[in-house]
Parts: sequence; C-alpha cells; structure tokens
Amino acid sequence: MNGWSALDRFLRTDPRDVGCAEALQMLHVYAELVASGAPAEQRYPGIAAHLRACGPCGDDFEGLLAAVCDEAR
Amino acid sequence: MGDHTVQKAFPDAARLDAESAEWLRALAGTGPRREAALARLHERLLRVARREAARRGPRLAISGPELDDVAHQAAADALLAITAKLGQFRGESRFTTWAYRFVIFEVSAKVGRHFWHHPVVRLTAEDWDRLPARFGFDPADQAEWRDVLAALRRAVDTELTPRQREVFVAIVLNGVPLDTLVLSSASSRNAIYKMLFDARRKLRSALAANGYLPDDSSRRS
Repeated sequence: MNGWSALDRFLRTDPRDVGCAEALQMLHVYAELVASGAPAEQRYPGIAAHLRACGPCGDDFEGLLAAVCDEAR
Repeated sequence: MGDHTVQKAFPDAARLDAESAEWLRALAGTGPRREAALARLHERLLRVARREAARRGPRLAISGPELDDVAHQAAADALLAITAKLGQFRGESRFTTWAYRFVIFEVSAKVGRHFWHHPVVRLTAEDWDRLPARFGFDPADQAEWRDVLAALRRAVDTELTPRQREVFVAIVLNGVPLDTLVLSSASSRNAIYKMLFDARRKLRSALAANGYLPDDSSRRS
C-alpha cells in the first residue's frame, strides 16, 4: 500500500460504522458467525465496517476469532 | 443445580447448546462441581490469554515473565467478570465464545496500560516530520506528496476542535495506541474513536474541497 492509498483509506469513513460499544457488545456473535463461514458481514454490515476501520476493535476481533477457531479444532 | 433452576436463572436456557448449558449449570451451582468448573474455565481462559498476549506482545516489546504475568492477570480478572455477569449470557453464541471475549478485552486493556506506563513517545509530542512515514510516503517522491500533507496539516489546525486535534496528534502522529489514549484521558474507546471518526471525516472533506482527494465520504467500502 503506498502513501496515497493509506491516506485515502485512513480518511475514508463509512456511515454504517456502528462504533466501538455496539461492535464489542456483539463481538462474540460476529466472531462465531465468521468462524462458521456464515455471511457475517452481510448480516452485520455496521460491525464489519467498524472492525475494518478501528484498529483496537479489529485487534480484539482477530484475537477472539483465533480463540474460537482454536476451540473448534 | 437442576435444569429447572438453570432455566429460572437463564430464561434463554432452552435454546442453549448442550455444552453451554452444562457450563451454566456448573458455574451457577455450588460446591465441588462449581469449583471444578471454575478451574476448567480458568485453564481455558489462561490458554487464550497466553496466546493473545504473545500475539500482541512483540508490538510493545513485552516478553518473557512480564508477558506471562499479563496473561495470568487477564485470565484471573476475566474469570471474576464472567462469574459476576453470568446472568447476562443470553445464549447468542456458545458460552465459551462469550467467555473468551472477556479475556481478550482484559489482555487488550492490560497491554494498553503497559504502553501508558512505558511510553515509547510522549503522548503530546508534535513532530510533523513523522507524518509522511506514518502513511508510508516515500521520501524520494516528496514532490508528489508535499502539498497534500501540507494541506492536511493546515486542515488539522483549522478544521478540528482542540480535542480532535489532540487525538489526531497522539494517534496518527505519535502512534499512541487508542486504548492508551483512553487510559491517559480517562475516556472510553468509543468516545475517542468517535472523536477520531469525526476528525477523519472533516479532514477528508477539507482535502476533497481542495482537490487532493475524491469526495467520497458517503461511499461505502
């Protein structure tokens, strides 16, 4: 990713973004949907938009997803 | 504790999977069965915490016993939170997924706290020469990006509120983790994120108005 696309991506905001509180409240549900291969992003577009834009929430999601996938193995 | 008691304490118990129902029965009960369930849950939380701490540790140069300490504290605090909030479990996911969310949040908070106590940069330092590198602009192409970053800096100074500017400088310029900023300003992740969200929208709008970026603030990614 070059500087222009990084700047463009950083400054782009998605009106569907639900914010941290709502995304974290549903993180377990969303992670389980993703782990099962269900269309989580279509079902919760606002959460998907948030997790793409918010580093800390995205990080929490990655960690939880890894835990769920590990549990399923 | 029998099934009828579980259903009284957890109205949604009927739609739980068997394993989740068993966790609830054991944890809401008493005596050795509960103690055994607590030990089992702690063991699982610690495993998740260790892996999560190891995943995040290198970014903040935490390792060894310090990292293991973070994992142990996170698992213990998560166990307390889970047992205190057992009645809030609504069966929307498996019980363990719901429980792991707590330990992930604990690791996240403890890593943020570590950065706060051992800051790599001062939270309020302002070194605008760092801005090109933050976005990965190549110094060799300075002629291409100098104007847009100068416009961005002007917009930061003229378009943002003092608090939005402070958040932008800390997170974007200084690379302070958002969770660390939450701790240092006694705020919430949601409030800081919202402030940065509004700042990003204003800055894009300013750069778009001057022809530096396309005006697609309402575009859905």
